[in-house]
Amino acid sequence: MTALAARLRFARTGSGRFGLAACFLLLALILIGPLFAPHDPAGIVGSPLQRPDANFLLGTDSLGRDVLSRVLWGGRSIVGLAALATGLAYVVGIAIGLVAGYSRTLVDPLLMRAMDVILAFPPLLFLLVLATGAGQNVDVLVFGVATVHVPSIARIVRAATQETAVRGYVEASVARGERVHAVLRHEILPNILGTVLADAGIRLTGSIIIIASVNFLGLGLQPPAADWALMIAENRGGTTLQPWAVAAPAFLIAFLTVAVNLVADAVARSLGRSTAQKRVAR
Amino acid sequence: MSDVVLVVEDLQMELFSGEPIVEDVSFQLEPGKVLGLVGESGSGKTTTALALLGYTRPGVRIAGGTVTVCGRTLTGRPERELRRLRGQLIAYVPQDPASSLNPSVRVGDQVGDLLRRHAPDRDLDREVARTLELVQLPSSREFRRRFPHQLSGGQQQRIAIAAALVCRPAVVVLDEPTTGLDVVTQSHLLEEIGLLRQEMELAIVYVSHDLAVVASLADQIAVMYAGRIVEEGQAAGVLAAPRHPYTWGLLSSVPDPHEPRRLRSIPGVAVGVGDRPDGCAFAPRCPQRVGVCVQAMPTLDRIQPDWRVRCFEWHRTPTLAPEARTAARLSAGPMPPVLGVEGLRAEHRGRDSTTVAARDVSFAISPGECLALVGESGSGKTTIARCIAGLHAPTRGRIVLDGTPLAPLAGRRPREARRRIQIVFQNPNDSLNPRHLVADTIARPARVLRKLSRKEAQHAVGELLERVRLPAGLAKRFPSELSGGERQRVAIARALAAHPDLVVCDEITSALDVSVQAAVLELLATLRAELGLALLFITHDLGVVASIADRVLVLEDGLLCEEGPVGPLLSRPQHEYTRRLVAAAPSLTELRAPV
Repeated sequence: MTALAARLRFARTGSGRFGLAACFLLLALILIGPLFAPHDPAGIVGSPLQRPDANFLLGTDSLGRDVLSRVLWGGRSIVGLAALATGLAYVVGIAIGLVAGYSRTLVDPLLMRAMDVILAFPPLLFLLVLATGAGQNVDVLVFGVATVHVPSIARIVRAATQETAVRGYVEASVARGERVHAVLRHEILPNILGTVLADAGIRLTGSIIIIASVNFLGLGLQPPAADWALMIAENRGGTTLQPWAVAAPAFLIAFLTVAVNLVADAVARSLGRSTAQKRVAR
Repeated sequence: MSDVVLVVEDLQMELFSGEPIVEDVSFQLEPGKVLGLVGESGSGKTTTALALLGYTRPGVRIAGGTVTVCGRTLTGRPERELRRLRGQLIAYVPQDPASSLNPSVRVGDQVGDLLRRHAPDRDLDREVARTLELVQLPSSREFRRRFPHQLSGGQQQRIAIAAALVCRPAVVVLDEPTTGLDVVTQSHLLEEIGLLRQEMELAIVYVSHDLAVVASLADQIAVMYAGRIVEEGQAAGVLAAPRHPYTWGLLSSVPDPHEPRRLRSIPGVAVGVGDRPDGCAFAPRCPQRVGVCVQAMPTLDRIQPDWRVRCFEWHRTPTLAPEARTAARLSAGPMPPVLGVEGLRAEHRGRDSTTVAARDVSFAISPGECLALVGESGSGKTTIARCIAGLHAPTRGRIVLDGTPLAPLAGRRPREARRRIQIVFQNPNDSLNPRHLVADTIARPARVLRKLSRKEAQHAVGELLERVRLPAGLAKRFPSELSGGERQRVAIARALAAHPDLVVCDEITSALDVSVQAAVLELLATLRAELGLALLFITHDLGVVASIADRVLVLEDGLLCEEGPVGPLLSRPQHEYTRRLVAAAPSLTELRAPV
């Protein structure tokens, strides 16, 4: 019970509560919004670049599709892909970091130098090259974004693992002759997860921005998919005639990143505080 | 009264939440005298010590009472004024010099710091040099330009003391100044503190948990329990014939290197800040409790002109009667050893240097025997323990279990060998996985090493908790909810879960309070008798050795320098190094003898 209270403490600060509310609102919009879409998001239902009216509440886009419907549908891809990529990055990053941090052989430097190589590429450039080489589809996009995150996650996990590996409880399990994967999973992982996940929110924001950028550049999702970033790219020519087709998705992307960031900050702060309290108690 | 430099009257301290943490503390101190402020962790001794400077930790405030130094009252003054007085009238030496000295400031500058602030017109260089000489440190320019990490632990502590003395205060508060130092360094430092107070007519408040250390230095002793002074008086009297049952219990739990004796622990657990009872805080653990004890807090009564005790029943406190320890060697004839260490050499390879932790170490442990491995920090004793447990691969030599050589690392040893050797680590705070329930922690070795089913292991947990005298309810708790002593018992239970023949105990009591240490040592002695366990007991504390071991090995710089049965070895040490260790070990007996 106290653990749960501690975990939810981040919601006590004003900005944390606002971020949480905003996240719920956006999630609701993304998940059940499509049910309320007045038109087919891919269908051409009016003349291009119409101003908002009673039929098209946010007007139409450059091809004559309903902006509101496309906005309601267009969050799924960006949030879904970002979450998927971030999750994948954590699974791979944690695995690499654990092995590298625990190993005292050549495995560690080999893995970490490989990570450094990936880290040396600017993320966007890496994704552009990848998209050009491997094709412009969703799988490549998710893989690419995950790859961008893996090195920094692996580094944090490795450092935390090294610190934990010398603890008495880890040595006790080594002396018991536990297998390496059991030591990693039962003894080390549960104790470093807090540290490692502290910046998950910021990484998710990062993924959203990268995916939005790639989609905007036309190297991720392809038309006629309804996607916020893609909508900005498609309609930016008509901004003067019909600003809503660009403004609505742009605002939502901004709102999404701010909301996720606020929650991430609040979580990190509350984690920092609870560890600080523990230290005082000692 | 003019010759009193420090007067504390009715000091009350509380948390901001209103929870009292220190209550009606009063004492006085004359120049050139040492007051030993003694108590276990959580007794409020450091909080009181800081209050003597008018300082409180965040979240704590002084709720009442006065602290007067040289006729000037410190309490109730604004922080700005206090800052001018601190260091000039009264100075504080914090607990751990390794963390209290600024690692990026040269030591000479740290010593001169207070002087620069308080008396900028004095000749800084000369004063710093004189102060360094006072604490027996070189005053050369080269030495003063060093950084703290370039000094040894003892030198660091001396720098901290010099920094406190540089403005020549009338009173110095020393907070556990020798904790963490080797015995030999400790005895040097204690000697010097004794000299300082004579030379400078310095009044010293010496805060410590270690009664034996306090005994060697203090003129007066104040014993604190749960935020109150329970007994205060002349050191010799209090130590020889304590009148408060807590002091009595504390003295009975201090092991003594010169007088092997059975330790008696205080039953129960010290009360925390939040749950102090209405009556006497010690009543729940007190052997001479009467009805009134649980209803009213006794006052600190004067039983002699300079002896005060906070107990209704103080006249019933028994005299101290140390019970000599009977050597518990059960074995009749020579038995084949359970474990042999043969020509062990162990090294730590750094990036560009190799330190040798053990050179050609050989010894054997018989079944049921308690063998103590003694040495200062850095002598290699922990590395030897780790080699035996299969956590460190020796460079040469081998570990032999019942005649069969073992693989260097635990992962390569057969399950049976891993089961029979168990290790308990020094620090109970990090030897238990904070994310595992106590029950899971204890059940794991039983499942892995004895191949018990989940149900059998759960059953075993109950038995093991009982065996280490812990309530069964603890099984469903996490380590963070336990006290240090309870954690160490859980760690012992985890070792016992494997049904071992040999338990390697690596400094397992050094992080515990004396009364808790006594309880753990008591438990180990019982377990040995009940289970016929062999123990390899690694420690730097000769008092602990005297109260538990049968045979002793002394380790110096990775070399065994002396070996023998505990009694003769401690009373008539042969090797030069052992002699130094024994001489430096603090002891209560020397002091008690003349009384």
